[in-house]
This record gives sequence, structure tokens and C-alpha cells, in this order.
Amino acid sequence: MIIEGKTGKWEIVVGLEVHAQVVSKAKLFSGASATYGGDPNGQVSFVDAAFPGMLPVINGFVVEQAIKTGLGIEATVNEVSVFDRKNYFYADLPQGYQISQFTRPIVTGGKLELDMPGGVTKTVGVTRLHLEQDAGKSMHDQSPTKSYIDLNRSGVALMEIVSEPDIRSPEEAGAYLKKLRAILRYLGTCDGNMEEGSMRCDANVSVRKVGETKFGTRNEIKNVNSIRFVMQAIEYEATRQVEELENGGTIVQETRLWDTSKGVTRPMRSKEHAHDYRYFPDPDLLPLVLDPKVIARIKAEMPELPDAKKARFVSQYKLSPYDASVLVAEQEQADFFETVAKGRKDPKLAANWVIVELFGALNKKGVDVANSPVSAKNLAGLLDLMENDTISGRIAKDVFQIMVETGQDAATIVKEKGLTQVTDTGAIDAAIAKVMAENEAKVAEYRAGKVTLFGWFVGQVMKGTGGKANPAKVNEILKAKLGG
Amino acid sequence: MADLVDMTIAQLRDGLKAGRFSAIELAKAYIAAIEKNRGLNAFVVETPDMALTQAAVSDQRLQKGEGRPLEGIPLGIKDLFCTRGVQTTAGSHILEGFKPPYESTVSQNLFDAGATMLGKLNMDEFAMGSANITSHFGPVKNPWKRKDGKDLVPGGSSGGSAAAVAAHIVAAATGTDTGGSIRQPASFTGIVGIKPTYGRCSRWGIVAFASSLDQAGPMARDVRDAAILLKAMAGHDPKDSTSVPAPVPNYEAAMTGNVKGLKFGIPKEYRVDGMPAEIEKLWQQGIDWLKAAGAEPVEISLPHTKYALPTYYIIAPAEASSNLARYDGVRYGLRVPGKSLDEMYENTRAEGFGAEVRRRILIGTYVLSAGYYDAYYLKAQRVRTLIFNDFREAWKKCDVVLTPTAPSAAFGIGEKEDDPIGMYLNDVFTVPVNLAGLPGMSVPAGLSGEGLPLGLQLIGKPFDEETLFRVGGVLETAANFTARPGA
Repeated sequence: MIIEGKTGKWEIVVGLEVHAQVVSKAKLFSGASATYGGDPNGQVSFVDAAFPGMLPVINGFVVEQAIKTGLGIEATVNEVSVFDRKNYFYADLPQGYQISQFTRPIVTGGKLELDMPGGVTKTVGVTRLHLEQDAGKSMHDQSPTKSYIDLNRSGVALMEIVSEPDIRSPEEAGAYLKKLRAILRYLGTCDGNMEEGSMRCDANVSVRKVGETKFGTRNEIKNVNSIRFVMQAIEYEATRQVEELENGGTIVQETRLWDTSKGVTRPMRSKEHAHDYRYFPDPDLLPLVLDPKVIARIKAEMPELPDAKKARFVSQYKLSPYDASVLVAEQEQADFFETVAKGRKDPKLAANWVIVELFGALNKKGVDVANSPVSAKNLAGLLDLMENDTISGRIAKDVFQIMVETGQDAATIVKEKGLTQVTDTGAIDAAIAKVMAENEAKVAEYRAGKVTLFGWFVGQVMKGTGGKANPAKVNEILKAKLGG
Repeated sequence: MADLVDMTIAQLRDGLKAGRFSAIELAKAYIAAIEKNRGLNAFVVETPDMALTQAAVSDQRLQKGEGRPLEGIPLGIKDLFCTRGVQTTAGSHILEGFKPPYESTVSQNLFDAGATMLGKLNMDEFAMGSANITSHFGPVKNPWKRKDGKDLVPGGSSGGSAAAVAAHIVAAATGTDTGGSIRQPASFTGIVGIKPTYGRCSRWGIVAFASSLDQAGPMARDVRDAAILLKAMAGHDPKDSTSVPAPVPNYEAAMTGNVKGLKFGIPKEYRVDGMPAEIEKLWQQGIDWLKAAGAEPVEISLPHTKYALPTYYIIAPAEASSNLARYDGVRYGLRVPGKSLDEMYENTRAEGFGAEVRRRILIGTYVLSAGYYDAYYLKAQRVRTLIFNDFREAWKKCDVVLTPTAPSAAFGIGEKEDDPIGMYLNDVFTVPVNLAGLPGMSVPAGLSGEGLPLGLQLIGKPFDEETLFRVGGVLETAANFTARPGA
């Protein structure tokens, strides 16, 4: 996106830091449960509460999740990485430091391919992915004089995924987050739920004149909890920076918060602490050394990811790249499509039904594919009835509506409602004869050369058969009779 | 029969097994001895009821012939070890009243071997000190007296442990050693102390001072008792990522008395300026004893020794400044309220920590700060590697290194108090061993002109504690150190 300012054209430069909570039963360095919710302080071990003499022990499953994610973003998984302590005081940080990875992260140098409108592909670099502990939660609204602390989240494993400053518009930021979320969900390494806070995003935003190669001073917008808000916040912040600069001001590097209700970013309250985190390697943990065999094993077990699946859908099912990218955006959608399309003569028809009819209906109902009232098997059953001429395409749409409302399968609905297509030529002959007998004037007009009336006759015959007549047969017989 | 409290663990073990006395009788004898020696201030908490309850269980097992290696042996536990349900303070006001709901791995190992606990032993606050004068619960007195009758320090930080073992008010004790905190007090009180290889004993449940240096070990009357205890304390613990999964040998069996052909290194850099002649003489005596036993001395060089103390006083405070951040008044221990969270932190930590702990937190915070990290912490880590490499070179020439344990005998309470640097010099011979992660043992070898005990230190290869016990046993026999405090 280019901002037209008073003094010329400005370019937006954005880098994103995503905190993704790792899908894991237990926390990063303790055996306590990492599940969401639970009674306050009900999922806290002595390690999480930093009791004297307690020591961290790395959760091997979480490490494998990070490796998997690193491979999923085509990054280098480092065979040696180091955990550091990031020191600061806060009431919900029991150790007085967060265990993180500073100088030697587990993953470096990945990338994401984004499908932008107009068939454009944009590549955004991923600088690094590292593992770190989450802090607890401070609640300041429970008592007039006290703050309450819930340590359930304390020690939960996070992956911090940092992009290069390659993003140039709010749309690209949105596409990046959607793509990253899709990959994390495909891999099962993060559930990507931004509302519950299991995926959080900070955006670093700066602007510069088009053609300028140096970066401008950036501001960090913290903890924005939806993709839409991230896009809005970037747009607002970039526009604000351009105005500030064009009015002769300067940008001071600071941390800002997105105010959802007002739609603005504003500086966080002046920092009382100029933080010096005093990072140093955690002496309680040895360097994390990965066995190349484990990395190879995880690589061999990787599921098909969105980009590969999209390419396969295009080649195997002859879908358009656009349809394919819509279907692979969520794994459930892609799986749904494949169940419907498998073994079908016309997979593109299946894609149309999934994208247009099903997604349309789900949108209207406000549910996702996982909760679709029409199962993939049932949709396949409906398409089968069309393909074997049991029902017409028009009837199929009516049947589909009933399926959406009732969840019944297509065959049952067709049988109960008597919607089976009429292919018996005798019945069609009779219906045609009736229509011709009742509309002699129109028959004469047609025969005099007004062939455009043909469609009207088809419509009347279909109406006469309650829509059940096979349209191809009706066409064939009608053409013969009218011609006679 | 000798007085129960004057018997070694090896003797007690045999006596209990043979039924010559019961574990209850033994516990009672020690409880009485503790009561008589309260003036030493060796204990922060006495746990006579617990000792008697445990002893009753031991007697049952002994009667059934199911006695374990330390069945019924009454020990004192340094107050740095978390003990379930028993106040654990690390000698600090900030943890006063804290009763851990868990047991440290090392103390649990000892209890699992049948040991009983007489109480928690006084120590320098958070193990920071070399004289046991920084404890919130007051200084510990050395049972040994100088000729002028002045009260002496027992050394530190395991001063309570050392004093209690020397005064025969515990059969033995646990200690921890970050820069000499087992070996220096052992030397000051005429007992045996061994700091095993880093990773040999689990640190889980031990209040952390400097995580990359801290190591637990036994403090005992003689080398054999130390061997018996270390066997029970040591072992891999999956709860401590730095604990090493190596089998624990039978250290007692390693005491063969045979050092023929063994090469022991004499580091020329340990002849420091101003070292008292009597220390020099003791060292030479040690060399002669080992030579007489058939071992061969070799001169070695540990060229980076002079950097060990400054390196230690960067790394240890740096780790401590972070390790002690958890004492914030939020979850346990002392809380001194304030008008804001920051004020609560300031009030709590100002009142909870003593001067030496505050000094080290300040030093540690400083050396980790932006702009200073490379010049101090990073450089110190590099020097640490050089010190480790010094020893690695030395092992090409010798099997063990012999040095004095400390540059002096015990000094008076109140002396050196205003001289932190002078105090830090106490650890000049012990600190390099921690920086290199090696095992080190102090064995009592003689008396100073003032009639105070002096120790010799043996330094071993990584995980070769067996050689220390073998050579330590030979030194002990040759020295025949039988002097007792107050005798």
C-alpha cells in the first residue's frame, strides 16, 4: 500500500512478531497442565511458582513441536540452541526472569509465500522462531486495594515467530497471519485461536518515502487480538506516522497499544522502568542439542502443507489456483472437499458446490466447516444423485437447502419428497402433449419461426412435471414434437 | 564402649547392626550433645522429635535385619536444603518461616538410605560468605579456640555443618560448595569435606546461589565416613538437567591405601604471596607423606589461577542476582507491604536480605547490564574456559593435584569483617575447582602454631572422586590427625 502524502508517496514497512502457544499437554519446563481455563492457580507446579530450589526440565514434546513448525516454514532447525534468562520484575513473573532464547534460537531463516489478489505471490522472510515461557496473569479488578495473580499460564510454552520487515501493506500483514495460522493448524503445533490468546501478534510499523532504502523509525503495536485489528492498527499507525512526519515532527521509537473501541493506537503509559533485561544463558539448562535423526524423523512425518496441497489440487483435480487456495486455507475445508471430490468424474463441480453452496450456507449460519450440518459424505451423496440423473441440478439446490436445515442425507430427502427425476419418455410425452394442446397459438408462432419460444415450452413442461423431468430428455422430445 | 557421639559412621553402622545399641539411644545421645552445645549456634532449627521418630523406624528395620546403608545415622542438614515441613531459610530473613512442601533430592536420598535428621544447620546467608558471619540467625562459633581464647569463625558458608561435625553433635552433615563452602570450613574445623564433580549430586531442592557452581557434598569426621555418605547422596536426577547420568561407584571400596606409582601435581601458581610459612610447611609435609607412600610428585602449571577469584566474583554474583529475584514477597517468605508493587519489592528485599547478599546482587546486576555484559560476564566465561583447560593440561601429567585448602587457619569472629576482598581471598585455592567443575576434598593434616586445624586439598579429574578417597585415605593415615577442639 502506498500512502499519498502532501509531500509525496510513502511506503509502509511492517514486521510481525507472533506469539503462538504450543499445543502440548504440559508446560515448557514443568509437568503442570497447559490447558486453557481451569480454576485460577489450579494448574501450577512448584517450578511454575518458582519455589526455592526448583529447576526447569525441558519438555521434549514441545521441542518437537518447534522443530515441526520450523520445517513447516522452510526454515533451518539449529542442532544447538541455548536458553537464556530475560530478567525483569513483575508480580506475575514468579522467577523474576522469563526463560527464552536470545542469541541462539532453535529455528532461523524461514519464509512464507502469500497469495495476493491478481495471482501475485509475495514472499515474506521469517527471521527466527524461538521457544519461551509465558508469564502468569495479573488481575487488577478483583479488589480495590490488591492485585490478584493467576499462575495457570505461567510457564506455558510459546513459540515467538519473528518476520523480516518485508510486509508492505495491511493486506499483506493479514495474509501473512492467515498463512502462518493455517500452517500452525495443519501441523497441530498451535490452535491459532487469537480470541483465547493462544496466538498473539505485535506489529512493528514504520514508513519511508517511496524509493528510500533506509528504514524509518518504527513503533511497536502490542498484543492485537485479531487479524482484522492488526490490519486496522497498521493502517492507522502508518497514516499517523506520515502525518506526523509531514507536519515536521519525528517518530520516537515507542510501544503503542491498539484501542479497539476508538480505532486508534496510543502510547503505552510512560515506562517507569527502562528495561535492561540482562540476558544471560540459563545455568540451570544445558544447551539444547538436537539429534539429526529426530529432525529427519519429524521431517518424514510432516503432513501436506497448504502450498503443496494447493499445487496438488490444481494438478490432480484441475481446479483454478484461486479455488484451490480458497479450499486449502483451512485444513478442514480441504479435507471436506477431498472427501466430496474423491473418485468423481467432475471434481470442479465438487469444488463449486463446496465453495459456492456450502461456504455460502455456512456463512449465513455463522458456523465453520467442522460444525457443518451437511457432512462431506452427504454432500457427496447429493452430487452422486445429480451425476446418475436421479435429480436435476435445480432440484439438487432445493434438496441442499433441506439438507442444510435438517442435516438429512440427500437420498432420504429425494425419496420422501418424491423428487426423483422423470426419465420415462411416456410420462414426458404426455406432459408435452398437454402443454401443446393447451397452447396451440404459441405452437403455431413457434412453427412460424419464433424459435425463441422453445425455452418457454421447456419451462412449462418442467412445471408440469414438478421439475422432476430430465431436462435433456424434455429438450430432445420437445424439439421433435414442435418440429413435427 | 566409647561414647556414642565419638564414634564414626563406620563404627556406628557396625554397632547398630550388631545390636550393641539402638538407633533411639544413638539419637538421644546426639540430642543431649546438641543441647549442651547450643552456644555454638550451629543449628537454626533442631528437630529432635523427627530424629526420634525416624530412629524408631530404623530400630524396627534393624531388628528385622533390613537395615539400609545409613540406617539410624543421625545427621545435620545444611539449611540450604529444602526439607519437607521443616523450616528452610538459607540463613536469610527473607525465607524465615518458610516450610517447603517438598524434600530436596539429596536429603531424600539420605533418608531413603536410613539416615535420621537432627536439625537444620546454620550457614552464611544464601551461602554467601567464608566465615558464617552473614547468617540472619547469628554467627556460628568454631569449637576450636585460639590460644588467646577468642571465639573463632568456623569458615563458611557451611559453617554450622563444620562446627557441628567437629563438636560431635552430629555424626556428619551435608554441605554445599560454590567456591569453597565445604572445603574451607572443613579445613578450619579439622574435618573432612568433599565437593564432588559438578553434576554428581542433584541440585533439585537446594536453594540456588550460583547454579553453574553449586554442588552438594558430605562433611564428616574422616575420609571413610565421607565416602559412605557421598555414595548415598549422589546419583542422577531427571529433575536436575545438569545432573549427570553416570553410575555412582562404591567410594569406600576405592580406599585401598595404595598410591604406589600415582602422580600428584603441585601447581606452582598456588605459592601465593604472603602465604603463612606454616601453610607452606604443611603442604611440603603432605608432599613428603605421599612420596613416602610411593606416589610421585610432579610440578604442574595452572597459569590462569590468578584470574580465578575475579572470574568467580563476576559469574557467581551474576547468577545469584537472577536466582534471588524470586524472593519478591509475592508468593512465600517475608513480605513488607508498600504503596505500590515496586515499593513492596524494595521494602521486602531491603529488609529481607543482609548486606553481603545485597552487595552481590548489586555486583551481579551490574556485570549483566547492557554495555558491561561483554566486558565482564562474557569475558569471565572465557576465562573460566581457560581455567578448565589449565586443569585439562595438568591431567596429562598427573592423576590428582595437592594444594593447601585455605591460605590461613580460622580467624576470629569480627576479624576481616570490614574487608570483603580480604574475606574473598579465603577461597583462593578452592574457587578454581568450582570454576572447572572438578571434585575437591579437604583432609585435616596438621595444626597451626596457634593449635588450630589446617587442611590439605586434593583436586581430582571429573567424576574421579574415587582417586580422591584413595589418596585422601593415605594422607589421613599419614597425618594421623587426632586432635580435638577444646582438648
